[in-house]
Amino acid sequence: MTAAASSARPALRDHLVARAFRTKTGAIAGGWLVLLALAAIFAHVLTPYEYDVQQLSAAYSPPSLSHWLGTDEFGRDLLTRILYGARISLSVSVISIGLSVLAGMVLGAAAGYFGGRLDRMITTVIDLSWSFPEILVALILVAIIGPGVTGTMVAITVAYLAQFARLTRAQVMAIKSETFIEAASGLGASHRHILFRHLLPNAITPVLVSGMLATGDAIILEATLGFFGLGAQPPTPSWGAMMSSGTALLFKAPWIIIFPGLAAAITVVSINLFGDALIAGLDVRSRPRTE
Amino acid sequence: MADATNLLVIDRLTKRFDSGAGLFAPRRSMTAVRDVSLAVSRGSVVGVVGESGCGKSTLARLVLRLLEPTQGTVHFDGIDLGKLAPRDLRKARRRMQMVFQDPYSSLDPRFTIEQVVGEPFTVQGEVLAPGRIAELLDQVGLAGEIARSYPHQLSGGQRQRVGVARALALRPDLLVLDEPTASLDVSIQAQIIKLLQDLKRDLGLTYLFISHDLGLVRYFCDRIIVMYLGAVVEELPSPSTEPRHPYTRALLDSTFSPDPGKRRHLASLTGEIPSAFNLPKGCAFAARCSRASSRCLSERPSLTMHASGHRAACFHPIADDEKEPS
Amino acid sequence: MGLLEVDRLSVGIGRLTLLEEIAFEVDRGEILGLVGESGSGKSLTALAIAGLLPLIGARVTAGAIRFDNTDLTRLDESRLRKFRGRRIAFITQNPMTALDPLQPIGEQVDVVARLHLGLTADVARSRTIEILTQLRIPEAATIYRQYPHQLSGGMKQRVVIAMALAGEPDLIVADEPTTALDVTVQAQIIHLLTSLVRERGLALVLITHDMGVVAQCCDRVAVLYAGRLAEQQGVNALFATPAHPYTHALIDCIPKDGMARDSLTGIAGSVPSVAHFPPGCRFHPRCIGRQSVCETNVPGATALPGGVVSCHFPLNGDQRHG
Ligand SMILES: Nc1ncnc2c1ncn2[C@@H]1O[C@H](COP(=O)(O)OP(=O)(O)OP(=O)(O)O)[C@@H](O)[C@H]1O
Ligand SMILES: Nc1ncnc2c1ncn2[C@@H]1O[C@H](COP(=O)(O)OP(=O)(O)OP(=O)(O)O)[C@@H](O)[C@H]1O
Ligand code: SF4
Ligand SMILES: [Mg+2]
Ligand SMILES: [Mg+2]
Repeated sequence: MTAAASSARPALRDHLVARAFRTKTGAIAGGWLVLLALAAIFAHVLTPYEYDVQQLSAAYSPPSLSHWLGTDEFGRDLLTRILYGARISLSVSVISIGLSVLAGMVLGAAAGYFGGRLDRMITTVIDLSWSFPEILVALILVAIIGPGVTGTMVAITVAYLAQFARLTRAQVMAIKSETFIEAASGLGASHRHILFRHLLPNAITPVLVSGMLATGDAIILEATLGFFGLGAQPPTPSWGAMMSSGTALLFKAPWIIIFPGLAAAITVVSINLFGDALIAGLDVRSRPRTE
Repeated sequence: MADATNLLVIDRLTKRFDSGAGLFAPRRSMTAVRDVSLAVSRGSVVGVVGESGCGKSTLARLVLRLLEPTQGTVHFDGIDLGKLAPRDLRKARRRMQMVFQDPYSSLDPRFTIEQVVGEPFTVQGEVLAPGRIAELLDQVGLAGEIARSYPHQLSGGQRQRVGVARALALRPDLLVLDEPTASLDVSIQAQIIKLLQDLKRDLGLTYLFISHDLGLVRYFCDRIIVMYLGAVVEELPSPSTEPRHPYTRALLDSTFSPDPGKRRHLASLTGEIPSAFNLPKGCAFAARCSRASSRCLSERPSLTMHASGHRAACFHPIADDEKEPS
Repeated sequence: MGLLEVDRLSVGIGRLTLLEEIAFEVDRGEILGLVGESGSGKSLTALAIAGLLPLIGARVTAGAIRFDNTDLTRLDESRLRKFRGRRIAFITQNPMTALDPLQPIGEQVDVVARLHLGLTADVARSRTIEILTQLRIPEAATIYRQYPHQLSGGMKQRVVIAMALAGEPDLIVADEPTTALDVTVQAQIIHLLTSLVRERGLALVLITHDMGVVAQCCDRVAVLYAGRLAEQQGVNALFATPAHPYTHALIDCIPKDGMARDSLTGIAGSVPSVAHFPPGCRFHPRCIGRQSVCETNVPGATALPGGVVSCHFPLNGDQRHG
């Protein structure tokens, strides 16, 4: 037993995310996401244009030195609008998926840990919502709440909840039967201690990774709602709404639809690739054994 | 009122599991532990031995109230555990602890050894005196440096020592040891057994020791309970008592002696353990027993006293003057 | 000259040497016990004999495995296949996974005979039932049609043995065939294997970590420690006068009838892993008789009257009881 190796707590460099960044695809995909997030946050400093100031004389300009990605039908700089759109896309999808993961974990953990009637009730509702496609659930909810950012966020949160609840429940049920849970109750541990100290910490990683992957889907869902005019309302830029207005101008000014589409596509692919890199490093037990 | 001699008294404990009742499976019920009574006196080691599935672990869980019995009572130091409110039961747990069979799954993989051994204190809301962890690790023969390692970094024997340290943390009176060495090499098994003996002497512990290895139980225990399909078939007052039940005899004959001079050339038992889901009407052992009569097939024998502390459940017990079959 | 001769066999993966200079022999009608703690290299030795090392990415790096005077390490895969299953049968450490859950067990036994002996389906079938009956499986014709999940552990183990016997092998290598079974069932299976060897003149390499099983049925014993051979002797001599301190300690770990409490102490420490083999004698950190030479020099093989020991200070009969 080498004291040095065994006494170290898992260093930051051993963290799942750090290990994902050390793989090639992980570095490229993660790099794009970090860049996009920074650019979205600092959009107001990065570009000389405003996203909502119309300049009809410059409408339909193709990509040029002054407008790198061209302008739209109202002469607004496309790059600027894509960066501001990223704010909406990223924050809406990240926040809604975050809420969805949280709520899904609470429901799934309660169902999996306590079992019995509570489990049957939660499982029935979840299975019901699981049997509809996410887009349908989202459309119904937006129809009820009304279009806009809030509606979109509620729709995404609810649409993905079933997925996380199911995953958490399965994880919790598997871990519940491990002997260390029995050992903890043998020590006199309360339900709260068992849930928060043993079950959730062991169950959480796969749920977070699937949350990460779902964020990609949520971006598409947000864009879809935007495309149908149900997402963020004008003049707030959203990738979906931008593409929607670009469809009519596909031949006249193809850049209006191409660049927002490209941004969305690259982002979603990056999220998936980064998620895969995370999954590859998931097993805590794969760390070396010391003698 | 506390019992002066017995720390643990188990009375007619029964546990039934219901399973199936699915769309295509009919509901089935099986009795994993049936009508088990036994008393463990303070400072003694009582062994429970039997083959896989005979209900040893279920019995251990019932004793510690990790499972609710279908019937029967467990008195620990005069307290009826079944009558305790959940809160009081949690408090009472500090005096009775368990060491588990599988040293791999009994430690949370995300806890450091320090956290594992410190958990009893957190859970019972007790202050952890500085140096107590190191003291506990030292007590089970582990170096203090491993405190910050994770379970997967330890060998099976080291993990099992950690399990013992965790069980000892709150200074319990009773340890229930559920096959603590079954997954370890004999060399490590011997280390752990030695450790348990030393701890018992130094701390005045009482053990309920569960094993499938009759040889080991006869070495380690003062009194032995033999289980077959959920029920006690024999209770031996001392490890050297000659068994009267044919099953105990067969178990003894199946234990291979590490002495090439004492070879046996016949397996003592044919057939295998019947399914617990449909137990025969008579003696559960009848189908494999060479002494079985028609009575054994129709009537279930109950435990009868043969000598002081020696009980066996058999209509045709092996008499003292009978030679062992070979 | 034995039917199987393992001659200074070394096995490696990449640059790691997992087994070093393992040597023993088995003849027809004989049972060789291969013992040692977990991780000592027993399964690797078995895989080497069965020619299955490539499965785990390992290879023979030195030495020979002579079977009936053919060096198996020099054969290519297609010629090796003529031996494996046909003349050398292998029972793996986890026999429960050796059976296909979706096929009736009888057909799984048939396949072996049809493949290796070229029997027709009908002949193979009646032979299978015959073998199952010989293995004391009641109502073999019914069992023939059952699936693995319908059988108990002991029954499945017998089916695996039946598969091994179906090719009429000369040598069986059995890797811990009874470890997962109850003691009463283990006793049945060990007695069964013993009588097969005696009646049919098979050779058996029986891998186990149970010294009781070794004492009860083996003729000769090879003790492995950390990838090296510690000692090889006839079974009676090995138990009466073990020459290697490791063998001695291993025997002393088993509780015996009438043994005083407190007399079991175990072997301090644990088996080192491949990456942490100590220099000199690999057992020296755990050995009570070690001297400074043990820490630096690898002990060579010393001949015993009926065997061989690798230790700088082998025990003689008097020390055994001292
Ligand atoms: N929670 C449960 N639900 C249903 N059946 C159970 C449950 N726990 C145990 N059993 C059954 O009860 C019987 C006894 O199990 P138990 O684990 O007590 O046996 P054991 O003697 O400890 O065996 P082993 O030596 O294999 O550990 C088994 O047939 C088992 O399948
Ligand atoms: N594929 C592999 N790569 C690297 N090391 C290996 C590999 N297979 C086995 N080893 C190592 O070789 C050593 C011997 O392994 P082996 O499986 O032969 O042990 P064994 O004696 O059969 O143990 P057990 O009683 O646990 O079955 C072990 O230390 C093991 O870690
Ligand atoms: S060589 Fe030395 S260390 Fe190794 S077993 Fe012999 S006496 Fe012990
Ligand atoms: Mg058990
Ligand atoms: Mg092995």
